Amino acid sequence: MPEEIKIPTMAELAAEGRNPEILFWVGCAGSFDDRYKKVTKAIIRILNKLDINFAVLGTEESCTGDPARRAGNEFLFQMQAMSNIQVLDGYGIKKIVTACPHCFNTLKNEYPDLGGNYEVLHHSQYLQTLIKDGKLKIAEGGKFKGQKITFHDSCYLGRANGVYEAPRAVIEALDADLVEMKRCKTKGLCCGAGGAQMFKDAEAGNKEINIERTEEALETGAEVIAAACPFCMTMMSDGVKNKEKEKTVKVLDLAELIDLN
Amino acid sequence: MAYLEQIGFLILLGISGWLIYKRVSFIKRNINMGQSYKPKGPSSERFKKMMLLAFGQKKMFDKPVAGIMHFLIYIGFVLINIEVLEIILDGIFGTHRLFAPVLGSFYSTLINFFEILALGVIVSCLIFLIRRNVLSIDRFHKSEMTAWPKLDANLILIIEIVLMFAILSMNANDQILQNAGAEHYTETGSLFISEMLIPLYNGMSVEMNLLLERFFWWIHIAGIFAFAVYVTYSKHLHIFMAFPNTYFSNLSAKGKIKNMDDVSNEVKIMLGMQQPEGDAPPPSSFGAKDVNQLSWKNLMDAYSCTECGRCTAECPANITGKKLSPRKIMMDTRDRMEDAGKHGLENGKFLLGDFIKEEEIMACTSCNACVEACPVSINPLEIILELRRYKVMEESKTPPEWTAMMTNIENNFAPWAFSPSDRFNWANELKSEN
Ligand code: SF4
Ligand code: SF4
Repeated sequence: MPEEIKIPTMAELAAEGRNPEILFWVGCAGSFDDRYKKVTKAIIRILNKLDINFAVLGTEESCTGDPARRAGNEFLFQMQAMSNIQVLDGYGIKKIVTACPHCFNTLKNEYPDLGGNYEVLHHSQYLQTLIKDGKLKIAEGGKFKGQKITFHDSCYLGRANGVYEAPRAVIEALDADLVEMKRCKTKGLCCGAGGAQMFKDAEAGNKEINIERTEEALETGAEVIAAACPFCMTMMSDGVKNKEKEKTVKVLDLAELIDLN
Repeated sequence: MAYLEQIGFLILLGISGWLIYKRVSFIKRNINMGQSYKPKGPSSERFKKMMLLAFGQKKMFDKPVAGIMHFLIYIGFVLINIEVLEIILDGIFGTHRLFAPVLGSFYSTLINFFEILALGVIVSCLIFLIRRNVLSIDRFHKSEMTAWPKLDANLILIIEIVLMFAILSMNANDQILQNAGAEHYTETGSLFISEMLIPLYNGMSVEMNLLLERFFWWIHIAGIFAFAVYVTYSKHLHIFMAFPNTYFSNLSAKGKIKNMDDVSNEVKIMLGMQQPEGDAPPPSSFGAKDVNQLSWKNLMDAYSCTECGRCTAECPANITGKKLSPRKIMMDTRDRMEDAGKHGLENGKFLLGDFIKEEEIMACTSCNACVEACPVSINPLEIILELRRYKVMEESKTPPEWTAMMTNIENNFAPWAFSPSDRFNWANELKSEN
């Protein structure tokens, strides 16, 4: 029987007077969305396998307020932010890793104005460091070796924060054949979900943004569309379904690629 | 006669200077309608950015062909202005080619160099005219690029061609006059480009050449003055505004949205983290409905916009046929400023509603593609977000799905209607799956 998986919460660690090395910020999608829960689980499995001293907030976690702020509701955003900062500071959190570029951007860039200062990493950056440091070993000749994988840049990871290399380094570590879409990196095309668009229908136009982006991804001939954001995951998966390609093309998160390899 | 010319010249110079002064004061006043703003990042870094983007035109080379031609026009414009200095001094003092005796043979090298630039400018402008009007490049044919903006873009190119042609024709006639040994016409040596125009003006009487030389001299300098005035009304203002605009742009991460400190105080009081200060007036309004509620940098952005449409060409909403066009956001902001500057802010019109429509701002994904694409560091997204803030916080007008999303965050601490107590259920699922 495999060793039982550990998912320590901050409350438990604090009760034992211990401090984790990192706080894994799960995010709302990672907690509630059936598809993205799989990504959360993949990350937990990786953290367990490497025996990393981490913790989660569990039910004490709360929306960072990103969609509220982008929809224009500054009050709601700041209410969320300030109560989150109280929780994080209450536990003396220093370093946060998250699998959501929106949480990442908000925690890293926007919380400091409200008094919350942390070292914040997106999981692509964290995985890249683990690989570089030799902690995370990728099996040679793994499942994705030689496979065509294309990476869809999340706006809040790429343009918003200039993280372009980390996710690509992770894919390359798998010995996969990384193919770029026509629009990538600084010129990457949005999946259509940012700026709180995830939560409403698009305005009238002649096409859905995620369809445009999915077509571009499919044009590369990749077998896997790699994503690193819960919203992109939803949008690209919907796009692939819309094109009836879900049998041949998978949309997977970077952590899942590592976990499945 | 020479006196008359000098007086005429001075009057022309005076009128142009006065018109430009009036217009610049007007623009300054308009920009000053904006709220306070402090750029983020050390000034040395911002200076570096200005040198790279405005002086070095780094972003223009994202599109190499347009980049090279634009660069030619740009250095042509900057360097030929050295000659304009001579022309102005000649005009004031009634001299002819004041610098020629001083610089000697270097003078002819210099003028030859300017002539090559002038030719480069003519060729580039012709290609730009073809690109704009004949080739179907999408970003030049969007709905906001009709009427004046379209004419403006073409006019500039035509004026530049006329100016350059005038300078070359002036030099051609000058050379004919030099060869004829006309009085005052100092030896300049061979000028290789304008030499090619000599056949056009050869075989006329000396008087005719004299007249033509003066004619083109006047066309050129009067054209430059007219152009200088015109620029202040045109998208061409970017040739000056690009510098301060990049210098004052933020260096913070693009994803960061400006914090509303007014709101912070209120929220702190609501959460019991701070006591209300007895007589501190509550903030008057949240977000922006009109230009005076935007920052002066947002307004300076609008006056710096080149209307190139690189932002709109990258905008996911625009690409998929939505009404939103970041270029239009900038053009509307400028139009509203001009309108408010002329007729007063209280003329019953507002930026949001009369110029920019709700449908446009609601389509934005805050992807920053427009900000990234802009060659002169303009941020259309900031304006969009300020207008959204007004919609939501002042008018409480949001799409119903957003209202639901916000209610969920308020009650369930997640944008979806899940119970907060279920937030950690995934952990048990994972444990049982393993
Ligand atoms: S930030 Fe908004 S306006 Fe700018 S490109 Fe993206 S969707 Fe278009
Ligand atoms: S905002 Fe920038 S990119 Fe857009 S049209 Fe104006 S100058 Fe061009």
